[in-house]
Amino acid sequence: MTAAPREVPLARRRSGRERIVERGLLYLGATLLALFVLVPIYLIAVSAFTPRENAFDFPRSVIPSEVSVDTILFFINASGVLDSFWRSVIVAIITLGLSLLIGAPAGYAIARYGFRGRNTYRLVILSTRAFPIVILAIPLAVTYRVWGIDDTVIGVAFMHTALALPFTVLIVSSVFISVPRELEEAAQTLGCNPFQAFLRVSLPLALPGLAAAAIFTWVLSWNDVFAAVILTLQNPTLPAKILSALTQSPIYYQFAAGFVMLIPSVVVIFFIRKYLLGLWGRVVK
Amino acid sequence: MSARLGWAPYALLLPSIAFLAIFFAAPMVQAFALAFEGADGGFSFTHVDRMLGDASFRSALFTTIALVVLVIPVQFALAMSMALVINARLKGQGLWLYVYALPLGISELAAGIVWVSIFTQTGWLNSILMGLGITERQIIWQSGESPWLLIACIVIAEAWRATSIIMIILVAGLQSIPREFLEAADIYGATTWQKVRRVVLPMLRPSLQVALILRTILAFQVFATVIALAGTGIDVLAAEAQRWATDIDNDNVAAAYAGLILLLSLFSTILFLVLLPTREEHQA
Repeated sequence: MTAAPREVPLARRRSGRERIVERGLLYLGATLLALFVLVPIYLIAVSAFTPRENAFDFPRSVIPSEVSVDTILFFINASGVLDSFWRSVIVAIITLGLSLLIGAPAGYAIARYGFRGRNTYRLVILSTRAFPIVILAIPLAVTYRVWGIDDTVIGVAFMHTALALPFTVLIVSSVFISVPRELEEAAQTLGCNPFQAFLRVSLPLALPGLAAAAIFTWVLSWNDVFAAVILTLQNPTLPAKILSALTQSPIYYQFAAGFVMLIPSVVVIFFIRKYLLGLWGRVVK
Repeated sequence: MSARLGWAPYALLLPSIAFLAIFFAAPMVQAFALAFEGADGGFSFTHVDRMLGDASFRSALFTTIALVVLVIPVQFALAMSMALVINARLKGQGLWLYVYALPLGISELAAGIVWVSIFTQTGWLNSILMGLGITERQIIWQSGESPWLLIACIVIAEAWRATSIIMIILVAGLQSIPREFLEAADIYGATTWQKVRRVVLPMLRPSLQVALILRTILAFQVFATVIALAGTGIDVLAAEAQRWATDIDNDNVAAAYAGLILLLSLFSTILFLVLLPTREEHQA
């Protein structure tokens, strides 16, 4: 303890030139990490915008000499691609709707009410993440055959909802925890019933967070390959279609496919970037 | 008031409980039923034996574990670096976070294809290496002949795709460390490395634990990245499950593979809970 005061000036001296060097190194490291993320995205974009006849040119030029949508159009017009694209969109929309419809009330309940079994419920929801999703798809495929919803959009959507639901519940609860309960109570003293108080006060405040949760659910569904491959046959979603076409398709088909799948994700993350820490940070706690 | 609405929270929870019972709990149980069901409807090890005796079983198990063991440390080193960068509050903090978080939304399959464009024989890596005069001929990165090279390609692709989720969890954890702690360390003249070692890492333990558990469970299910980069050149457990379910049309053996993945996940979760105990657990 007695040695401490003598170290203080030492620390101050360090904050001179060393600080600047350290800061510089930090920016350098930050830039390298950013390049690791961004360069592959740029390269797949260049690959996808290279015309088909140049797909095998070697060496490739990092700055494209010609930008063309030829390869992407070829992919979109390839047999079955557009159909599976729409199927993916519909599955994702049903998943989003279902998980909000089922998950949002539960999330609201654990944010707003103290009741017996609340912690147990939270724990059960959290523990679903300890189970690999791989295990759900195979038995569900068997069940769907019995129910007559095998190889359907709704069947895939049900499975995606099961995956997304725990996230929706936890995210929605964290959103409503951040909307002060007092506001709802104030509305009730001013003559709103509990439902009106929710609808007119809490809901508008929670809307951006809920939208972020919804978008995240959408991405989860859009990206799933494994379940879709297991659950569909004649009616694949886009990733399932692309996966099964991989071995027989020319490489430019793959480049366009990769790019088309990637774009919505990049755009979506931009719109929910403010909420990412809230979404994942709070899910942890 | 609260007495009148005593039933309300349960009514709000009910749909989610019912849905998860049908689409989560039931299939979970059914998977084990499928894996152990005998021809006569009784209990049987037939399907498990068939899985164990399958030509690809050993290599699938070995490769999956090898991928987990290789990918997780790389991802954590990268994620930790990214998280520390975000926490250092550089100019344009939001932009750095967005860039590092970008792959969060990118699917396994899309990520696999992105790296195919890099590793394929006439791809970007060979173009750049030869352009810089580092190599004289095209190197075949994705070859069944050299499985370790192929595994390295998959590790890089997976590190690129799935580091961001760890990064987000770690950033959230870092932000909950009181700044006074780091300022105190500054006053006593701690170097950056000392601050990371003595202050940040110990306080980050709960976040690290959650991220490790989550990421390891996901890593055991690696699937589309492998198919995109290696085709059938490398066996992994999830791909075997899919092959048995769709190509061979034997749901029982597929369920046995899925059950094995579940067991590995549970085992790794327990391992991390024991190896990295956190104070929060004692409180909870």
